[in-house]
Amino acid sequence: MKRFIGFVKKEFYHIFRDKRSLFILFGMPIAQILLFGFAITNEINNVDIAIFDKSNDATTQEIIHKIAASKYFSIKQHITNEAEIETVFQKGKVLAVLVFEKDFKKNLTKENSAKVYIITDATDPNTANSITNYISAIIGSYRQEINKNVNFEYQIETKSRMVYNPELKSVFMFVPGVMTIILMLVSAMMTSISITREKELGTMEILLVSPLKPFQVIVGKVIPYIFLSIINAIVIVLLSIFIFKMPIQGSLFLLALESVLFIITSLSLGILISTVSATQQTAMMISLMGLMLPTILLSGFIFPISSMPLVLQAISNIIPAKWFIIILKGIMLKGVGLYFIWKETLILAGMTLFFIALSVKKYKIRLE
Amino acid sequence: MKNNNVIEVENLTKKFGDFIAVNAITFEVKKGEIFGFLGANGAGKTTAMKMLIGISKPTSGSAKVAGFDVFTNTEDIKKNIGYMSQKFALYDDLTVKENITFFGGIYGLSRKKIEEKRQLLVEELGLQNIVNELVGALPLGWKQKISFSVALLHEPKIVFLDEPTGGVDPITRRQFWEMIYKASNNGTTVFVTTHYMDEAEYCDRVSIMVEGKIEALDSPKKLKEKYNADNMNEVFLKLARG
Repeated sequence: MKRFIGFVKKEFYHIFRDKRSLFILFGMPIAQILLFGFAITNEINNVDIAIFDKSNDATTQEIIHKIAASKYFSIKQHITNEAEIETVFQKGKVLAVLVFEKDFKKNLTKENSAKVYIITDATDPNTANSITNYISAIIGSYRQEINKNVNFEYQIETKSRMVYNPELKSVFMFVPGVMTIILMLVSAMMTSISITREKELGTMEILLVSPLKPFQVIVGKVIPYIFLSIINAIVIVLLSIFIFKMPIQGSLFLLALESVLFIITSLSLGILISTVSATQQTAMMISLMGLMLPTILLSGFIFPISSMPLVLQAISNIIPAKWFIIILKGIMLKGVGLYFIWKETLILAGMTLFFIALSVKKYKIRLE
Repeated sequence: MKNNNVIEVENLTKKFGDFIAVNAITFEVKKGEIFGFLGANGAGKTTAMKMLIGISKPTSGSAKVAGFDVFTNTEDIKKNIGYMSQKFALYDDLTVKENITFFGGIYGLSRKKIEEKRQLLVEELGLQNIVNELVGALPLGWKQKISFSVALLHEPKIVFLDEPTGGVDPITRRQFWEMIYKASNNGTTVFVTTHYMDEAEYCDRVSIMVEGKIEALDSPKKLKEKYNADNMNEVFLKLARG
């Protein structure tokens, strides 16, 4: 045991004396969470639009006022001919142009129908989609207002309520994802690099010749990273509570346990990577390309899994991060207990055992 | 063990698939001896040595190191040997003192014992000014000496040196061999691989490996007589060319 403590102590010296790994360990998580929290957002706010009002009557004025009054849009300019639509888009001044047809009010009252076109800049499809939805919603509510006195015989009224994230804040979606990515990065990449560094420097050989058992060497190298990852998880949760006002609905204790489980999953992946790579560079490449990319793309962090092609949906099942994100969202946003996430927990635990078994096997082959 | 032998090897063989890296080698090493293990690159020296220090499992044959079997007792072997590789593997980002404490620690030395050993080392090697420096900042010669002393920290019966003088200047090499003699005089058996033939002359006995087999084994003096050569270099060339 005393040998072991000395080993862990040495590992901390390595980490704290290497500015680069210190930065990855503590700088990156904070930078990432702030970046994702503040800069990357799906929300629409003060989007510049242009109006092309061919009718210019009381009704179109009212609609335009309603749109201008919402916090989502600001009307940047009024245009007067078709050719200008192209120009304003090309100049990048506005993201959408609203075109009211000629005789809008007349058509509406005489023929009970009038047309308004929403033209959006779809170079960014998600934003374009949201803009269209928001404008349609504003016009829709106006239509209901003027229909108030009319009584239709049959009417289906839809009312929607967004649960768990009623204000649709995208930071609530990003926090679980960023936390997952950071824990993955720190645990898997940093451990695989630190183990391969010993191989590269030749110290691993010395350690294997010493009376330390191979598993003691590995566990000794991994323990500091468990410790640091837990600190990281705490920092991320604190940041999201105090800076982004993210509520933690579920039990903090369960959150901590599940995080430790995921940290161990990632560490076992890191160990596995270190058994197949001979140099730090290889370990880093495998971690980044083989772990980080699939984790970001296929875990449901940014792109919803349900809208992926079937093949990718199937592949996403083997990404540990997918299950952890489900767990995190469950605990943080929905406030569920273990009863609702035991399946995901079991999958993560199973994956961890599998990775560890595989590492042990690979390690033995190398010694033969 | 008979005749004071600390290493006894019989028909030790290691195969990787069809390739025979070490082909039925047989030799023994006496207590306190400086045993040179020579051979060209790829002759199988390192593989043979790895089997003796317990990190590679032999395919067949038998071997005992410090009285323990390389098939079944590698854990006991590891406690009784020291090892220094050609990379002088100390931790560059730890100080000399921290390295000594760490390696003493993994061999299970008590804190008091480590402290004693460290003071002894500092005096013997004249490390007073650099004991708190990071190893990475030291010249190669220093790293090599400290590395060797660290390998002897737990007073092993046998110390294995894998090309310990690679890349250092002749004066430092000379000083290093003085350290080896001293260890040998204290009763530590030294098993050293090298491809500097002048170093082979310093050994009590040398074996020369060619393509996985031991082609010659005797004292440098007798080998030179037998092959009618002026120095070990000639002996080696005659053997290696067949």
